[in-house]
Amino acid sequence: MEALDVARWQFGITTVYHFIFVPLTIGLSFLVAIMQTVATRAKDPVKVDAWTRLTKFFGSMLIVNFGIGIATGIVQEFQFGMNWSEYSRFVGDVFGAPLAFEGLVAFFLESVFLGLWIFGWNRLSPRLHLLTIWCVAIGTTASAYFIIAANSFMQHPVGATYNPETGRAELESIITVLTNPTTLAAFPHVVSGAWLVAASFVAGIASWHMVRHHNKAIALGADSVEGAAHAKQAKDVFRPAVRFGVLAMFISALVLVVSGDIQGKLMFQQQPMKMASAEALCETETGASFSILTIGGPDAFSQDCSDVTHLIEIPNVTSFMATNDPNATLQGVEELEKQYQQEFGTEVTAVDGSTQTAEYRPNLFVTYWSFRLMIGLAAFSAILAFWALWATRGGRTTGSKAFQWFALLAIPMPFLANSAGWVFTEMGRQPWVVAPNPTGDPTIRLMTVQGVSHNPAWMVILSLVAFTLLYGVLMVVWFKLMRRNAAAGIPLPRRDETTDELDTPALSFGY
Amino acid sequence: MELTILQIVWFFLVAILFAGYFVLEGFDFGVEMNVAALGKGDSERRGKILSTIGPVWDGNQVWVLVGGASIFAAFPEWYGTLFSGFYVALLLLLLVLIVRVCAFKYRSKSDDPTWVKTWDRIHIISGFVPALLWGVAFANIVRGVDIDESKFVTTSLFGLLNPFGLLGGITFVLLFWLHGTAYLALKSVDPIREDANALVGKLAIPTIVAGAAFLIWNQLAHANTAITWVPLLLAAVALVAALVLNRMRREGLTFIATSLAIVMAGLQMFGGLFPNVMPARNVAANGLTVAEASSTEHTLMVMLIAVCVFLPIVLAYQIWAYWVFRARVGSPEESAQPATLGERAKAGYRAAFEQN
Repeated sequence: MEALDVARWQFGITTVYHFIFVPLTIGLSFLVAIMQTVATRAKDPVKVDAWTRLTKFFGSMLIVNFGIGIATGIVQEFQFGMNWSEYSRFVGDVFGAPLAFEGLVAFFLESVFLGLWIFGWNRLSPRLHLLTIWCVAIGTTASAYFIIAANSFMQHPVGATYNPETGRAELESIITVLTNPTTLAAFPHVVSGAWLVAASFVAGIASWHMVRHHNKAIALGADSVEGAAHAKQAKDVFRPAVRFGVLAMFISALVLVVSGDIQGKLMFQQQPMKMASAEALCETETGASFSILTIGGPDAFSQDCSDVTHLIEIPNVTSFMATNDPNATLQGVEELEKQYQQEFGTEVTAVDGSTQTAEYRPNLFVTYWSFRLMIGLAAFSAILAFWALWATRGGRTTGSKAFQWFALLAIPMPFLANSAGWVFTEMGRQPWVVAPNPTGDPTIRLMTVQGVSHNPAWMVILSLVAFTLLYGVLMVVWFKLMRRNAAAGIPLPRRDETTDELDTPALSFGY
Repeated sequence: MELTILQIVWFFLVAILFAGYFVLEGFDFGVEMNVAALGKGDSERRGKILSTIGPVWDGNQVWVLVGGASIFAAFPEWYGTLFSGFYVALLLLLLVLIVRVCAFKYRSKSDDPTWVKTWDRIHIISGFVPALLWGVAFANIVRGVDIDESKFVTTSLFGLLNPFGLLGGITFVLLFWLHGTAYLALKSVDPIREDANALVGKLAIPTIVAGAAFLIWNQLAHANTAITWVPLLLAAVALVAALVLNRMRREGLTFIATSLAIVMAGLQMFGGLFPNVMPARNVAANGLTVAEASSTEHTLMVMLIAVCVFLPIVLAYQIWAYWVFRARVGSPEESAQPATLGERAKAGYRAAFEQN
């Protein structure tokens, strides 16, 4: 393997791994902030007790998850320079600014206030302590904005000019960079994707425990003290959490669909090759169909369009998705390839000075299937949301084992959908590291072969192996901690027999 | 190429960000080293040592992320050459920093003795190794490495481990250890407090010796200006003052003195490096200067405005966070103190004017 391939694998592995945890951090910090707000503002002691316990319960998992997100995020900041130094030199004048903003505005905010939230519970007033978790939530979301702004420059460069003397892109307007239409479309999509992850996480885990307590109550008998306590736990603590999670799922799904649609249309204009690959649209078509199953061309080994067979198709849907016009003409991969060859040449000079054939098609198999996986996995969340809504209708709780296990199964699906979405976005951008803007300055473009560092392959293999092994171990640690925290559930509240007060716990965390 | 004012400002802003990182995260590293030195193998005691930095280390670490991103934004050529060139050293650093974050977050998640002991060991490694690596890296930046015509570093990891680089590593380890121990003395209660004070006394002299040797060597062999004798002397005075203040058991002032020593050492190194950012040892022309490595004036200006707006805000809330956690860990004031200035004023008012 060449250093380029290894460097790409490393970036892919470390970034996908990082972004397993990040959506949960972004979404859950918001949901926990809302939980704590409800706990702080509620008047009813039962409600205060329930939401305080929920804040503590999901907060402990937020902390575990936050840790690994920060740890794997450090790598991201450094590896542009380590593995992609030529890319860094080319875009640094533009790309470095949003990264620095991210640190200055977002990382400081979330890190400092996370420390205050974890350790500040007995030193800050309840309202001030509540403010700290909101600062954490705002910090995580702001971080997403800046990194998406940076990424959007790679998808659709704006606000920069090319300096032929230095051979670098130079910043023209930071406002234009930060309000890139690609950013404005991608940001709500990424953040609502993160909410969906966290909302499914909350709904799934709360459903599991609701069923558990419901069944315990039945087993012990509703007349017994213990049984009644379990019934109350299912009804007063976990049922509201399930419904809260479901509500958050609906809101995020709505934003997700609308922003995804806007983003798709934008991408057909900005990166037609990416979208043509996503649809395995080899030939230019009028009234293009949306295919659900395709065989032939898109397989793991070939990017050849010659024997693509669409098995199941919905007529005109792709054209409609791209332009709102079901009969629109969409350019196919083959035509775009010729167009690119004409505009950008048939050869490219790599970092080591060698000349290679320029291939403008991304990997058809990966783009086609990651796009479908991203959309298809949402079905799990939809089923969970409606099932949970039905099972908890009119103050009910449920003891259904099938529901309990489905709720658990539905938790990892939005995580996978997020990963698939990013794999699609980044693999679909290939062979570019900075894709040319069709309506902007065509000289601002860089192919991936031109962006890599001049390091020997063994060095990059060393780091790839080291990161992969370490990340593998950390995944096990993370999973065990999350599972233990989630499985522990929430202790049953007790009432003081003399004063009849609930033993609502203080919001304590600790190392 | 002509050097502009903005380029000079940005060079020293990067210096300040890294000096800030070394002052803040430096004591975190030092406290982690003391898990071994003062922990006495007792996990409860080790836990107390670590909880002096528990609420603040995370915010301290962000300084390096902002420092790194600032190099990227303000000096892309420097970022590209440095980060790809010091590849293996940075890889080691990253691996340690990753497990370090997990050690902070996960140590207390189980009472299992093996679990706690494992994370304690990781804490010790992750206090010691980054300090060493930062020292080696910065020593080699000011000393210069071999750079080829396309601005790639050709010096290997073993090339970085030259006598000057190693002395830099040892100096950073001792300096951060001393600094972290001074912090621990300031933030703990007896018996850890007294042990930390005693350790400061023991560490001060080797730190002065190593620091003086390293900085004077740097000044004589690598610095481009004589002005940096000033921060060098100030660093020396600060370290001697730390020794004296420690004898007087003035813990707050001792910590300020070690902080000052780190800032001055940083200034001496960056100041001596100027106007270069990556000097080349093989062919001087292959090196990078501030002017050659920098972004455009426009980018530097945009970034400067952002720093002027946001850094004061960051400093304000970071200082506030330190103020919230100002009590010594394990002291009675720790849980009793009213937290906000407003509440304290209210409490004072009540005590003064209201009966009861």
